[in-house]
Amino acid sequence: MSRPEDTPTRIAFTVEDLTVAYQGKPALWDIDLRVPEGVLMGVIGPNGAGKSTLIKAALDLVPRAAGTVRFYGQTYRQARRLVGYVPQRGSVDWDFPTSVIDVVMMGLYGRLGWLRRPGRAERDAAFAALEQVDLVKFADRQISQLSGGQQQRTFLARALVQDAEIYFMDEPFAAVDAVTERAIVEILRELRGRGKTVIVVHHDLQTVKDYFDRVTLLNVALIASGETGQTFTAQNLKAAYGGRVSYMADSEQGGDDDNDVMLVGD
Amino acid sequence: MSRFKAADRRIWLLIAVMALLALLFVPFSQHALGVEYDYTLQTVALGGVLLGILSGVVGCFAVLRQQSLIGDALSHAALPGVGVAFLLAGRDAGALLIGAGVAAWLGVAFINALTATTRIKSDSAMGIVLAAWFGAGIALLTFIQSSPDASQAGLSRFIFGQAAAIVRADVVLIAQVGAVVLGVIALFWKEFKLIAFDAPFADALGLRANLVGALLATITVVTVVLGLQLAGVVLMVGLLVAPGIAARQWTHKLNQMVILAAVFGAFGGGVGAVLSAVQANLPTGPMIIVVLSLLVFISMSLAPGRGLIWAYLRRRRDHQRFAYMREHDIDVRP
Repeated sequence: MSRPEDTPTRIAFTVEDLTVAYQGKPALWDIDLRVPEGVLMGVIGPNGAGKSTLIKAALDLVPRAAGTVRFYGQTYRQARRLVGYVPQRGSVDWDFPTSVIDVVMMGLYGRLGWLRRPGRAERDAAFAALEQVDLVKFADRQISQLSGGQQQRTFLARALVQDAEIYFMDEPFAAVDAVTERAIVEILRELRGRGKTVIVVHHDLQTVKDYFDRVTLLNVALIASGETGQTFTAQNLKAAYGGRVSYMADSEQGGDDDNDVMLVGD
Repeated sequence: MSRFKAADRRIWLLIAVMALLALLFVPFSQHALGVEYDYTLQTVALGGVLLGILSGVVGCFAVLRQQSLIGDALSHAALPGVGVAFLLAGRDAGALLIGAGVAAWLGVAFINALTATTRIKSDSAMGIVLAAWFGAGIALLTFIQSSPDASQAGLSRFIFGQAAAIVRADVVLIAQVGAVVLGVIALFWKEFKLIAFDAPFADALGLRANLVGALLATITVVTVVLGLQLAGVVLMVGLLVAPGIAARQWTHKLNQMVILAAVFGAFGGGVGAVLSAVQANLPTGPMIIVVLSLLVFISMSLAPGRGLIWAYLRRRRDHQRFAYMREHDIDVRP
């Protein structure tokens, strides 16, 4: 996608009046959201805030009680090819009898369509994706033999191979070691550098400022969404986490992240 | 790479061993058990082998989707259909099978509706549907059998299976329908694999998981209904899932698992059917399940990598080796 320098940034992902209910209880309430193209956005909020639900409702995986979701102005059905998805790692059985390269090729099943089998071209694309996540030498490894970080990178490669414009990732940093986390962040930044839009459900408040240029705070309702500097504030955090988090930014001008202290308690 | 080739060779070796065992079983059953391979038994054995292949292949997907119980619910749910079909159409084999299929389908639809619209989890939904349908089926069959009409004899074979009741026309039907089912699996291989591994991702890609799941459920219903006469409603689930479970122990590849399950299913179905012919009125279902359970047990014990004996030996070897190295200050850390 080429973007002339002088045109204003396009909106990649739009949510209007989105409400989702599970068993009569709202999981998301009247969400309005506009995410510009080419950003790396964190979605944060307490457990049960509807972060995963936001992704699932966007991708038509759970029914919407109300509201609309658009990708570059199109419905998900129309824009399927533009969207890549990394589900939570724990959502599948990693003892399934298949190999890393096979899982990565699953990212191409949509483009292949019904009945057509993956071939040479799909294999090559999958290898290219594995190269990006540094798993080439694990291509033929059975997925039951992967570490948690390798599982996560396998899922990431499966999304990369989708060659999408907008990526949705559900907790890609959950329970991975520091080295893997760094590697994944690098890949996300590279995606942003190529003009892709990346939306990430995230839990670690310490790293929000470091990783994301935009942030969305959620607690069933939308608390705030915007550029990290203006949005990731003590006030908004308090609103999202119900006062259980106090945030002390005592080095706002010092620029040293280590001095930003997060106190979690009641 | 050579390591994987060795693992592939192991699968072919295992298949050869199973073929050899099957070949040895024939003279063994003739001489030690006094089985005579007449026309009837040939038919029965062939039916058992074909059904074993079919249910072994289809069952792999039930095992991998962690829905082994669905086979149990399906087969039990088929029973009232047999009764209703008998009351409506009499003793027509085709009508009985269609009745069984319709009842099983309704059972599955009811399970899905329960889990989709209420907070009842799928295992509870399967349990309640299984019990309700089976109870209705037993009541219905008991009612039919207590009626003076002589033609009802043989309906009870659906409960535990009666291979002797299988005739050449049944085998032809199993072969024809089975070929269609296997063809569907070959055609939708990629889709079945994806929904078994990650159904929401299939939905996100536009390969609709509920449609593919319904197709898979349909071929499972067809397989179960075909197997009812042989294995019976009570133990049909064993014929469905045991080959897959045994095969899973030997391989980490889906295609190999499916092929091995077909081999194990053929062995269990054929041998079980022949064994049940040793004595008149011996139910087939239990014999097949005994043979298949033996295969599962052997696989869980012996299979390289996953097997219990293998794990024990490896633990002992590790203990000896590293205890020795530590004692002699040999550093083998990576």
